[in-house]
Amino acid sequence: MFELLGIPPQALFGQLLLGLINGSFYAILSLGLAVIFGLLNIINFTHGAQYMLGAFVTWMLLNYLGVNYWWSLLIAPVAVGITGVILERLFIRRLYHLDHLYGLLLTFGLALITTGIFKQIFGVSGLPYQAPPLLSGGHNLGFMYLPNSRAWVIIASAVVCLATWFVIEKTKLGAYLRAATENPTLVGAFGVNVPLMITLTYGFGVALAGFAGVLAAPIYAINPVMGENLIIVVFAVVVIGGMGSILGSIVTGFGLGLIEGLTRVFYPEGSAVVIFVIMALVLLVKPAGLFGRTA
Amino acid sequence: MTATTEATGGPVVAQQTAGGMPAHHIAIFAGLLVLLIAAPFFFYPIFIMKILCFALFACAFNLLLGYGGLLSFGHAAYFGMASYVCAHAAKVWGLTPELAIICGTLVAGVLGFLIGSLAIRRQGIYFAMITLAFAQMVYFFSLQAEFTGGEDGIQAVPRGHLFGLIDLRSQESLYFLVLAIAFAGILLIYRIIHSPFGQVLKAIRENEPRAISLGYRVNRYKLAVFVLSATLAGLAGATKAIVFQLASLTDVYWTMSGEVVLMTLLGGMGTVFGPIVGAAVIVTMQNYLATFGAWVTIIQGLIFVVSVMLFREGIVGVISKWTRKPL
Amino acid sequence: MKSRFVLAALAGVLMSGTAYATDVKIGVMNDRSGIYADIGGEGSVIAARMAVEDFDAASKDINVEIVSADHQNKPDVGSNIARQWYDTEGVDVIADVPTSSVALAINEITREKNKIFLNSGAATSDLTGAACSPNTIHWTYDTWQLAHGTGGAMVENGGKTWFFLTADYAFGHALERDTSAVVKEAGGEVVGSVKTPFPGTDFSSFLLQAQASGAQVIGLANAGGDTVNSMKQAAEFGITQAGQAIAGLLVFINDVHSLGLDVAQGLVLTESFYWDMNDGTREWSARFEEQTGNKPSMIQAGVYSAVLHYLKAVEAVGSKETEAVMAKMKEMPTDDPLFGQGVVREDGRKIHDSYLFRVKTPDKSEGEWDLYETVATIPADKAFRPLEEGGCEFVK
Repeated sequence: MFELLGIPPQALFGQLLLGLINGSFYAILSLGLAVIFGLLNIINFTHGAQYMLGAFVTWMLLNYLGVNYWWSLLIAPVAVGITGVILERLFIRRLYHLDHLYGLLLTFGLALITTGIFKQIFGVSGLPYQAPPLLSGGHNLGFMYLPNSRAWVIIASAVVCLATWFVIEKTKLGAYLRAATENPTLVGAFGVNVPLMITLTYGFGVALAGFAGVLAAPIYAINPVMGENLIIVVFAVVVIGGMGSILGSIVTGFGLGLIEGLTRVFYPEGSAVVIFVIMALVLLVKPAGLFGRTA
Repeated sequence: MTATTEATGGPVVAQQTAGGMPAHHIAIFAGLLVLLIAAPFFFYPIFIMKILCFALFACAFNLLLGYGGLLSFGHAAYFGMASYVCAHAAKVWGLTPELAIICGTLVAGVLGFLIGSLAIRRQGIYFAMITLAFAQMVYFFSLQAEFTGGEDGIQAVPRGHLFGLIDLRSQESLYFLVLAIAFAGILLIYRIIHSPFGQVLKAIRENEPRAISLGYRVNRYKLAVFVLSATLAGLAGATKAIVFQLASLTDVYWTMSGEVVLMTLLGGMGTVFGPIVGAAVIVTMQNYLATFGAWVTIIQGLIFVVSVMLFREGIVGVISKWTRKPL
Repeated sequence: MKSRFVLAALAGVLMSGTAYATDVKIGVMNDRSGIYADIGGEGSVIAARMAVEDFDAASKDINVEIVSADHQNKPDVGSNIARQWYDTEGVDVIADVPTSSVALAINEITREKNKIFLNSGAATSDLTGAACSPNTIHWTYDTWQLAHGTGGAMVENGGKTWFFLTADYAFGHALERDTSAVVKEAGGEVVGSVKTPFPGTDFSSFLLQAQASGAQVIGLANAGGDTVNSMKQAAEFGITQAGQAIAGLLVFINDVHSLGLDVAQGLVLTESFYWDMNDGTREWSARFEEQTGNKPSMIQAGVYSAVLHYLKAVEAVGSKETEAVMAKMKEMPTDDPLFGQGVVREDGRKIHDSYLFRVKTPDKSEGEWDLYETVATIPADKAFRPLEEGGCEFVK
């Protein structure tokens, strides 16, 4: 039988598919960072904590209120988005006139607080979340057994990513957004409420993180530190892609997921650092990132 | 970082007196020295040594952030790696403590050069994210490498004999060694800040395009200050390994990078004495709150938020404003 | 005048009555906020207090004070607390201390300060091997015991071929190495292994590799969140339903409880203690649950047992002098309702029976904590590493 570097092709397809699923999380999270960065010019360090928040809200909805997964898909991102709006109104807004690094420090502090509070309440062992009936079980694709919950992650994230891209790049609302990114004063002069737009954009970016959290709830352990290490990888993804374009961050997210998936097969020891190594290479060759514009 | 402009931009402008250190700085350094010589008679010496190590670490970090305007979110890499190398040199190679500390410090410098030359290709928040990502890589390396002992770290590091003569198992000898290292390191940083090199750094921080147009090779200056900062952070980490007889993953993890940012921010970035105060406050806080678990994280987060929102000059920055003297 | 004198004398008698012959201070140090908070944490402190109450220390002229601290799983934090406890706060004994790195650090400091270290929480068998100390007793379990219990018994029960998911750091490597040796010795075969990044969140890729290997048993040479995640995903990908067994090499009852039986069913693991073994364990565990809301883990049970034995030794010696108490603890057989009868070996290893458990299926479980069924009992003399193989220096 034909084999590629000692791995049968069926197994390879399976691994690539799994890589794509992990890439979905990178894509949604880096997309959220890029949306926020585009308008607010800050790096949202709280993103990992907000991803965790999405998963916990999903868990709480089911266990305290009996709300099922499908409603959570809608409610949890909105809830997380609202907390984001509050943070923006209370804190982040007051820092726009300062160096952007203060935004980074502030959101880092907020991340510590959020994580700490959940650690205090829920411990770190992790909570179980029962996948809804439609998502438990799976299909045998011939080359692998694909659980429905994983297939759903790819579909949902692809839809959300494309919808976001469409709204920002192809609609009038998106046009305002892009214009405000370039020149907020001018857009304000046309009667657009720019501060409100900034608040809602932050809320939306955060809601994306919350959405990723909902997707993660049935497949990963829900615990307060689930976002901590992930966010550092996503930062590297963002550096590789450059935050210049929406499509760029989506493509980079999925692409790096695939590469990481391949590393897990051929050199598993290196799979934790492969993205960082790629980041170093990109910095050597194209410091602005693959899709970045030099500032 | 332009924010420091705001902190120092008022009437308080660091002035370089022709004869070197201004009188009130000499007085503060002397006062500190007296306090620190007396401290072990009143406080637990190992606790003071911990503060000293972190004070040096924070000062080294402040050199990069406060004067170079570069926010590194990965300084734990140099601190921790130096600590590992020093511990390994003292335990496995059997080197005397001063040689072990030098080994650790040099390795931190080399690591700083490697990471720095890549990281300075980007500015601002990208710089922060890149340093963070590389530090995470160093963390994974430390976790997997044989010589670091993985999760166990390097334990039971011998304190040995300084220059082969002075037995450091005596708490007093060790204390004065640590005091000497930390003080020398901090004075060196002071000297760097007030040298022509330091002035160019400030110029770059305030207005990079202008510095370029004046003919300065900005990237060389940035790399130089990055390497210096990493090396001195390494000195702090290596010393810590000898004090605690231990090198562990805690020192390379990103939370450590966050802590040193916090110390500098709280004490007052771009001030000479701020990081020392910040380190003392945070280490003391961690010491007394150790039993409260996750509350330490929550309180650190709160300090971050409060510092950024209301207190950007930091403790020493505020005092400096009141007394109208640069500190 | 006279009556006042009598009163004063009476007061003097009363006061001397409250001054005990021996004051001991026990420091329970563990993870109170991190991943091991549930298996130790406040529960271990409560277990220590229960030991003091059950021993009825007050009536035996021993005054026991218990203090506690959180080492946050960081060796530097732990050693800092330990030094302060020994140097300035008069602590005589440190108990519990999960996380091998911290335990090894405390082991060294305790030796240096000549105090006593009763470890219940840490896994590393180095505590009675390369790093052994005359001041340390390793009470509850260790990696050698877990590897041998699970590896040996699984092969005997028909799991001949193994594939390892190994956390890629020293601890994972050691666990894989020890278990492989046992599997081969028992006539089994290791068909492959994959090193997974630590800490990991997504194990699906590695689980598929394990599945493709066709091994009968997938050994999880990892701990904590890694184990929980790999179990959860093994269930998702239908690994156990497809006929492969999963063996956890370091799993605690709290992990199983948090995973839920749907996910954890069929998992095979080794522990030294389970609350539902006999009347003694059930009675004690019920009291423990009243105070904590959870059934005890083997680590918490170990803290109870260790503190109880220490207090008995102090009573027998009549002082808390380190050498004498250590000698007494090793000379006197241990006996308590949780671990039954046992001994403390010369190298500091506490010896008792060990059990291979299988996690019940949901339909067989009769309660929230009804989680295990016993597969095999490994007798005390076979459960732990033989003295001569440990390489403990001071024993020779």
